Amino acid sequence: MSHKRRVVITGIGLVTPLGNNTLDTWNNLIEGHSGLSIFDHHTITNYPYKVFGRVTDDQELIDKIIPSNKKRKTDRFIHLAMLAADQAIRDSGFDQNNPKIRDRFGTCIGVGIGGVSSINQASVELEKSGVKRVSPFLIPKAIINQAGAQLSMMWNLQGPMSSIVNACSSSGDAVGFSFRMIRDGYVDQMLTGGSESCIIPLAIGAFGNMRSLSSWNGDPKGACRPFDRDRSGFVMSEGAGLLVLERMDFAKDRGANIYAELVGYGSTSDAYHITAMHPEGRGAVKSIRNALYDAKIDCSRVGYINAHGTSTVMNDLIETLAIKKVFGKNVEKNNPKRSVISSTKSMTGHMLGAAGGTEISFTALALKNQIFPPTINLENPDPQCDLDYIPHNSREFSCNYAISNSFGFGGGNSVLVLKKV
Amino acid sequence: MAFSKEDTLQKVVNIISEKLNMPKENVKAEASFQDLGADSLDIVEIIMSFEETFGIEIKDENAEKIKIVQEAVDLIHESRTK
Repeated sequence: MSHKRRVVITGIGLVTPLGNNTLDTWNNLIEGHSGLSIFDHHTITNYPYKVFGRVTDDQELIDKIIPSNKKRKTDRFIHLAMLAADQAIRDSGFDQNNPKIRDRFGTCIGVGIGGVSSINQASVELEKSGVKRVSPFLIPKAIINQAGAQLSMMWNLQGPMSSIVNACSSSGDAVGFSFRMIRDGYVDQMLTGGSESCIIPLAIGAFGNMRSLSSWNGDPKGACRPFDRDRSGFVMSEGAGLLVLERMDFAKDRGANIYAELVGYGSTSDAYHITAMHPEGRGAVKSIRNALYDAKIDCSRVGYINAHGTSTVMNDLIETLAIKKVFGKNVEKNNPKRSVISSTKSMTGHMLGAAGGTEISFTALALKNQIFPPTINLENPDPQCDLDYIPHNSREFSCNYAISNSFGFGGGNSVLVLKKV
Repeated sequence: MAFSKEDTLQKVVNIISEKLNMPKENVKAEASFQDLGADSLDIVEIIMSFEETFGIEIKDENAEKIKIVQEAVDLIHESRTK
């Protein structure tokens, strides 16, 4: 349709286990560094799952941005969102001190779990001191939409505000939804992406007892090994990946730095199981196809795929299968023009609800710089994972289109298509 | 055990300054909670903290009447010395 608007990324803010800003995160990613470490906590001393991806050295930044009375009333997943949003807004070139009302600037933030740590603490207090001691701030601290609410208050963003909760594809879908909001003319800018922080014993036990987590007991840097035969699960991590999306004509008019254009979004449900992916990857296949159809491009034009690549046995197998089903000969290893794949989770771990926003940001940075991050720890590829996953070292090549996959518990699949600008 | 009103005031000021993140000298006895920037949730939390600190119970109908710092001090002092 002719009235549709083109949408570009003009701001990125990353707070990840690889660094508490975009530049450090990106440099570490391209260098193939791991952000994972042992979490030394008495509750998990005798538990097989000990490696996590934590954001470090963030306290000073949080203290600088968030007044202490507000800090006390907000969960850590909101602190990390505020930190990343502060970077993304500044990066986009919007004057963050300008108090003007932004009626056509919206927010949509994806979060998977939310303030479970605050809820956990409050229930301890409840057991100890009774119902009258439950904090009146528990709800606004813990509920997922408060990330977007705090961000819209911070910058007076008075356009539409919403949150997407869709497990590990939450922020992929948030970016997809925001892309459509601008493309269809409802808004001019969106602050979007995702945030998560739940590395606490309750969540560790919950994911661990599902046998979802990596039980790696060697060097923690090797714990997340997507597509490797010795992979044993994902590594839970925390952080936030936020983006400013904007109408392309507006961005060009104001001379903004453009990272990449968003050109397609596909979203489906497996309609199959509470946690397991459909064994034939039916939802994943359809979401990739839908995204490419939305972008009006043939799969042969996609040079790089940022995989969901969690390092669980099933995800990596089924995602590989799904990619092969969609891309066919275009991904075969002996094809000199093959599309290549990498899992940046090998370095960041799995940021759950923040994964999509972070990885779409990585994909945009990769297109902008024409350098593509590796899959680390891929020492012995699983024989059934037989594609080019950019093992060990990042790779430079010319590429115009890339996709970013996010799949979640419950069967949600979301895929974004990005174009080099 | 007798409590001085001054002691109650000091403790009240400490709690309010901590919860609202402001210097103690800004928390004057004649200041209203509204002027101090407290919203309705802040007030609930502050009253919970009074109850815990002073080991008293403040009934909801009394809590609603507290508008200025001195009123809180008077109410608490009365409960403490009963």
